[in-house]
Amino acid sequence: MTTEVAFGTRSPQENWPPLIELAIKEVFEIMLGSPVAPVADPELKPREDFTAIVGLAGALCGILSLSCDKQTAIQIAKCMLGDAADSEAQVADALGEICNMVAGNFKNKLAGTDDRCMLSIPTVISGGEYTFHTMVEGTSIETVLLFENLPFVVRLQLQTK
Amino acid sequence: MDKIRALIVDDSSVMRKIVERSLRQAGVDLDLVVEASNGVEALSALQSNLVDLILCDINMPIMDGLEFVREAAKVENARNVPIVMITTEGSEAHVVQALSAGARGYIRKPFTPDQVKEHVLPLLGKKL
Repeated sequence: MTTEVAFGTRSPQENWPPLIELAIKEVFEIMLGSPVAPVADPELKPREDFTAIVGLAGALCGILSLSCDKQTAIQIAKCMLGDAADSEAQVADALGEICNMVAGNFKNKLAGTDDRCMLSIPTVISGGEYTFHTMVEGTSIETVLLFENLPFVVRLQLQTK
Repeated sequence: MDKIRALIVDDSSVMRKIVERSLRQAGVDLDLVVEASNGVEALSALQSNLVDLILCDINMPIMDGLEFVREAAKVENARNVPIVMITTEGSEAHVVQALSAGARGYIRKPFTPDQVKEHVLPLLGKKL
Protein backbone atom coordinates (compact mmCIF):
# COMPACT_ATOMS: atom_id res chain seq x y z
CA MET A 1 0.00 0.00 0.00
CA THR A 2 1.40 3.41 -0.90
CA THR A 3 1.38 6.39 1.39
CA GLU A 4 -0.92 8.23 -1.00
CA VAL A 5 -3.57 5.49 -0.86
CA ALA A 6 -3.38 5.29 2.91
CA PHE A 7 -3.63 9.09 3.21
CA GLY A 8 -6.63 9.19 0.90
CA THR A 9 -8.59 6.63 2.89
CA ARG A 10 -8.03 8.30 6.26
CA SER A 11 -10.54 10.54 7.98
CA PRO A 12 -9.71 14.27 7.86
CA GLN A 13 -8.68 14.20 11.54
CA GLU A 14 -6.09 11.51 10.81
CA ASN A 15 -4.53 13.83 8.22
CA TRP A 16 -4.22 16.69 10.70
CA PRO A 17 -1.05 15.78 12.69
CA PRO A 18 1.28 16.41 9.72
CA LEU A 19 -0.59 19.64 8.94
CA ILE A 20 -0.20 20.85 12.53
CA GLU A 21 3.49 20.00 12.47
CA LEU A 22 3.90 21.85 9.17
CA ALA A 23 2.02 24.86 10.55
CA ILE A 24 4.34 24.93 13.60
CA LYS A 25 7.49 24.54 11.49
CA GLU A 26 6.52 27.40 9.19
CA VAL A 27 5.75 29.77 12.06
CA PHE A 28 9.02 29.05 13.86
CA GLU A 29 11.14 29.24 10.70
CA ILE A 30 9.56 32.45 9.42
CA MET A 31 8.99 34.39 12.65
CA LEU A 32 11.86 33.09 14.79
CA GLY A 33 14.33 32.16 12.08
CA SER A 34 14.81 28.84 13.81
CA PRO A 35 13.83 25.38 12.64
CA VAL A 36 12.07 22.97 14.99
CA ALA A 37 13.08 19.34 15.25
CA PRO A 38 11.23 16.17 16.22
CA VAL A 39 11.96 14.75 19.65
CA ALA A 40 14.04 11.59 19.71
CA ASP A 41 12.46 10.41 22.96
CA PRO A 42 8.66 10.15 22.64
CA GLU A 43 8.34 10.32 26.42
CA LEU A 44 10.07 13.71 26.57
CA LYS A 45 7.62 16.37 27.77
CA PRO A 46 8.37 19.95 28.79
CA ARG A 47 7.54 21.42 32.18
CA GLU A 48 4.52 23.60 31.46
CA ASP A 49 5.40 26.94 33.06
CA PHE A 50 3.66 28.84 30.25
CA THR A 51 0.58 27.77 28.30
CA ALA A 52 -0.83 29.87 25.46
CA ILE A 53 -4.35 29.06 24.32
CA VAL A 54 -6.32 30.08 21.24
CA GLY A 55 -9.98 29.09 20.95
CA LEU A 56 -11.54 27.90 17.72
CA ALA A 57 -15.23 28.25 16.95
CA GLY A 58 -17.38 27.43 13.96
CA ALA A 59 -16.45 24.60 11.62
CA LEU A 60 -13.73 23.63 14.10
CA CYS A 61 -14.70 23.97 17.75
CA GLY A 62 -12.11 23.61 20.50
CA ILE A 63 -8.71 24.94 21.49
CA LEU A 64 -5.13 24.93 20.31
CA SER A 65 -2.55 25.32 23.06
CA LEU A 66 1.22 25.66 23.21
CA SER A 67 3.04 24.85 26.45
CA CYS A 68 6.68 25.07 27.44
CA ASP A 69 8.97 25.78 30.35
CA LYS A 70 10.10 29.28 31.30
CA GLN A 71 13.50 29.00 29.62
CA THR A 72 11.91 28.05 26.30
CA ALA A 73 9.32 30.82 26.55
CA ILE A 74 12.04 33.40 27.20
CA GLN A 75 14.10 32.08 24.30
CA ILE A 76 11.09 32.27 21.95
CA ALA A 77 10.48 35.88 23.01
CA LYS A 78 14.16 36.77 22.54
CA CYS A 79 14.13 35.29 19.04
CA MET A 80 11.13 37.49 18.22
CA LEU A 81 12.24 40.69 19.94
CA GLY A 82 15.94 40.39 20.58
CA ASP A 83 17.19 41.38 24.02
CA ALA A 84 14.23 43.76 24.33
CA ALA A 85 12.21 40.81 25.65
CA ASP A 86 12.84 41.56 29.29
CA SER A 87 9.54 41.17 31.09
CA GLU A 88 7.14 38.31 31.78
CA ALA A 89 4.39 40.29 30.03
CA GLN A 90 6.44 40.41 26.83
CA VAL A 91 7.27 36.72 27.09
CA ALA A 92 3.57 35.90 27.48
CA ASP A 93 2.64 38.22 24.61
CA ALA A 94 5.23 36.56 22.34
CA LEU A 95 4.07 33.06 23.22
CA GLY A 96 0.44 34.04 22.67
CA GLU A 97 1.26 35.41 19.22
CA ILE A 98 3.15 32.25 18.25
CA CYS A 99 0.17 30.14 19.36
CA ASN A 100 -2.17 32.45 17.44
CA MET A 101 -0.10 32.12 14.26
CA VAL A 102 0.13 28.33 14.58
CA ALA A 103 -3.67 28.12 14.98
CA GLY A 104 -4.26 30.44 12.03
CA ASN A 105 -1.69 28.76 9.83
CA PHE A 106 -3.18 25.33 10.60
CA LYS A 107 -6.73 26.56 9.93
CA ASN A 108 -5.62 28.10 6.63
CA LYS A 109 -4.30 24.73 5.49
CA LEU A 110 -7.73 23.10 5.82
CA ALA A 111 -9.47 23.71 2.50
CA GLY A 112 -13.09 24.70 2.95
CA THR A 113 -12.70 25.24 6.69
CA ASP A 114 -10.59 28.36 6.89
CA ASP A 115 -13.42 30.82 6.23
CA ARG A 116 -15.88 28.99 8.51
CA CYS A 117 -13.68 28.88 11.59
CA MET A 118 -12.96 31.83 13.89
CA LEU A 119 -10.03 32.26 16.24
CA SER A 120 -10.17 33.86 19.66
CA ILE A 121 -7.63 36.33 20.96
CA PRO A 122 -4.87 34.35 22.73
CA THR A 123 -4.81 33.76 26.47
CA VAL A 124 -1.57 32.90 28.28
CA ILE A 125 -1.28 31.19 31.65
CA SER A 126 2.01 31.39 33.53
CA GLY A 127 3.12 29.50 36.60
CA GLY A 128 3.23 25.77 37.02
CA GLU A 129 0.66 25.31 39.79
CA TYR A 130 -2.50 24.83 37.82
CA THR A 131 -4.60 22.02 36.40
CA PHE A 132 -5.92 22.41 32.90
CA HIS A 133 -9.48 21.20 32.42
CA THR A 134 -10.90 21.33 28.92
CA MET A 135 -14.62 20.92 28.36
CA VAL A 136 -13.91 19.65 24.86
CA GLU A 137 -14.66 15.98 24.30
CA GLY A 138 -13.44 14.58 21.04
CA THR A 139 -10.30 14.59 18.92
CA SER A 140 -7.04 15.37 20.71
CA ILE A 141 -3.74 15.67 18.87
CA GLU A 142 -0.46 16.28 20.71
CA THR A 143 2.78 17.28 18.99
CA VAL A 144 6.06 17.61 20.90
CA LEU A 145 8.92 19.34 19.10
CA LEU A 146 12.30 20.83 19.94
CA PHE A 147 13.12 24.51 19.54
CA GLU A 148 16.86 25.08 20.00
CA ASN A 149 16.93 21.71 21.78
CA LEU A 150 14.21 22.85 24.18
CA PRO A 151 10.95 20.86 24.10
CA PHE A 152 7.52 22.40 23.70
CA VAL A 153 4.13 20.80 23.17
CA VAL A 154 1.23 21.84 20.94
CA ARG A 155 -2.19 20.33 21.60
CA LEU A 156 -5.25 20.55 19.40
CA GLN A 157 -8.43 19.51 21.19
CA LEU A 158 -11.58 19.56 19.11
CA GLN A 159 -15.21 18.82 19.76
CA THR A 160 -16.48 16.09 17.49
CA LYS A 161 -20.20 16.04 16.81
CA MET B 1 12.94 57.64 0.07
CA ASP B 2 10.70 60.16 1.86
CA LYS B 3 10.26 59.85 5.57
CA ILE B 4 7.15 57.83 6.39
CA ARG B 5 4.77 58.18 9.34
CA ALA B 6 3.14 54.85 10.12
CA LEU B 7 0.30 53.75 12.38
CA ILE B 8 0.63 50.12 13.53
CA VAL B 9 -2.51 48.55 15.01
CA ASP B 10 -2.26 45.19 16.78
CA ASP B 11 -3.33 44.01 20.23
CA SER B 12 0.09 42.39 20.66
CA SER B 13 2.89 44.81 21.54
CA VAL B 14 5.37 42.16 20.41
CA MET B 15 3.74 42.02 16.99
CA ARG B 16 3.73 45.83 16.71
CA LYS B 17 7.50 45.79 17.26
CA ILE B 18 7.96 43.05 14.68
CA VAL B 19 5.88 44.93 12.11
CA GLU B 20 7.93 48.09 12.74
CA ARG B 21 11.17 46.12 12.38
CA SER B 22 9.89 44.52 9.17
CA LEU B 23 9.05 47.94 7.71
CA ARG B 24 12.58 49.14 8.44
CA GLN B 25 14.04 45.94 6.96
CA ALA B 26 11.87 46.51 3.88
CA GLY B 27 13.63 49.84 3.41
CA VAL B 28 10.85 52.10 4.67
CA ASP B 29 12.43 55.19 6.22
CA LEU B 30 10.25 55.67 9.28
CA ASP B 31 9.99 59.17 10.69
CA LEU B 32 7.21 58.42 13.18
CA VAL B 33 5.59 55.23 14.44
CA VAL B 34 2.27 55.51 16.24
CA GLU B 35 1.00 52.37 17.97
CA ALA B 36 -2.55 51.33 18.84
CA SER B 37 -3.84 48.10 20.35
CA ASN B 38 -7.33 48.13 18.84
CA GLY B 39 -9.52 49.98 16.35
CA VAL B 40 -10.84 52.53 18.85
CA GLU B 41 -7.32 53.52 19.92
CA ALA B 42 -6.31 53.71 16.27
CA LEU B 43 -9.19 56.04 15.37
CA SER B 44 -8.24 58.23 18.32
CA ALA B 45 -4.62 58.25 17.15
CA LEU B 46 -5.73 59.39 13.69
CA GLN B 47 -7.39 62.45 15.22
CA SER B 48 -4.06 63.72 16.49
CA ASN B 49 -1.54 62.27 14.03
CA LEU B 50 -1.14 62.59 10.28
CA VAL B 51 0.15 59.29 8.92
CA ASP B 52 1.17 58.01 5.48
CA LEU B 53 0.57 54.31 6.06
CA ILE B 54 -1.51 52.07 8.34
CA LEU B 55 -0.78 48.41 9.11
CA CYS B 56 -3.59 46.69 10.94
CA ASP B 57 -4.43 43.32 12.48
CA ILE B 58 -7.98 41.93 12.16
CA ASN B 59 -8.67 39.99 15.38
CA MET B 60 -8.51 42.56 18.16
CA PRO B 61 -10.65 43.34 21.20
CA ILE B 62 -13.02 46.35 21.43
CA MET B 63 -12.94 47.13 17.68
CA ASP B 64 -11.58 44.68 15.13
CA GLY B 65 -9.53 45.55 12.09
CA LEU B 66 -12.34 45.29 9.53
CA GLU B 67 -14.53 47.73 11.45
CA PHE B 68 -11.55 50.04 11.90
CA VAL B 69 -10.97 50.11 8.12
CA ARG B 70 -14.60 51.09 7.54
CA GLU B 71 -14.46 53.78 10.24
CA ALA B 72 -11.08 55.13 9.09
CA ALA B 73 -12.62 55.86 5.68
CA LYS B 74 -14.84 58.42 7.45
CA VAL B 75 -11.89 60.24 9.04
CA GLU B 76 -10.99 63.26 6.93
CA ASN B 77 -7.19 63.06 7.29
CA ALA B 78 -7.09 59.24 6.92
CA ARG B 79 -9.44 58.73 3.97
CA ASN B 80 -6.65 58.34 1.43
CA VAL B 81 -4.09 56.67 3.65
CA PRO B 82 -3.32 53.12 2.44
CA ILE B 83 -4.20 50.40 4.95
CA VAL B 84 -2.52 46.99 4.82
CA MET B 85 -3.99 44.18 6.90
CA ILE B 86 -1.50 41.88 8.68
CA THR B 87 -3.40 38.96 10.17
CA THR B 88 -3.58 35.26 10.90
CA GLU B 89 -6.95 35.18 9.13
CA GLY B 90 -5.98 33.81 5.74
CA SER B 91 -9.22 32.83 4.04
CA GLU B 92 -10.30 34.33 0.73
CA ALA B 93 -13.50 35.48 2.45
CA HIS B 94 -11.46 37.60 4.88
CA VAL B 95 -9.33 39.00 2.05
CA VAL B 96 -12.46 39.98 0.10
CA GLN B 97 -14.04 41.53 3.22
CA ALA B 98 -10.91 43.54 3.96
CA LEU B 99 -10.42 44.80 0.41
CA SER B 100 -14.13 45.59 0.10
CA ALA B 101 -13.94 47.59 3.32
CA GLY B 102 -11.14 49.68 1.84
CA ALA B 103 -7.87 47.93 2.70
CA ARG B 104 -5.25 48.19 -0.03
CA GLY B 105 -3.14 45.19 0.90
CA TYR B 106 -3.33 41.91 2.81
CA ILE B 107 -0.45 40.03 4.44
CA ARG B 108 -0.94 36.71 6.20
CA LYS B 109 0.93 35.90 9.42
CA PRO B 110 3.52 34.42 9.60
CA PHE B 111 5.17 36.89 7.24
CA THR B 112 8.66 37.80 6.04
CA PRO B 113 10.13 41.29 5.61
CA ASP B 114 10.12 40.57 1.86
CA GLN B 115 6.34 40.17 1.92
CA VAL B 116 6.04 43.48 3.75
CA LYS B 117 8.28 45.07 1.11
CA GLU B 118 6.25 43.56 -1.74
CA HIS B 119 2.92 44.79 -0.38
CA VAL B 120 3.89 48.12 1.17
CA LEU B 121 6.45 49.79 -1.11
CA PRO B 122 4.14 50.06 -4.17
CA LEU B 123 1.55 51.75 -1.97
CA LEU B 124 4.15 54.36 -1.02
CA GLY B 125 4.97 54.93 -4.69
CA LYS B 126 8.28 53.12 -4.38
CA LYS B 127 9.80 50.56 -6.69
CA LEU B 128 10.53 47.11 -5.31
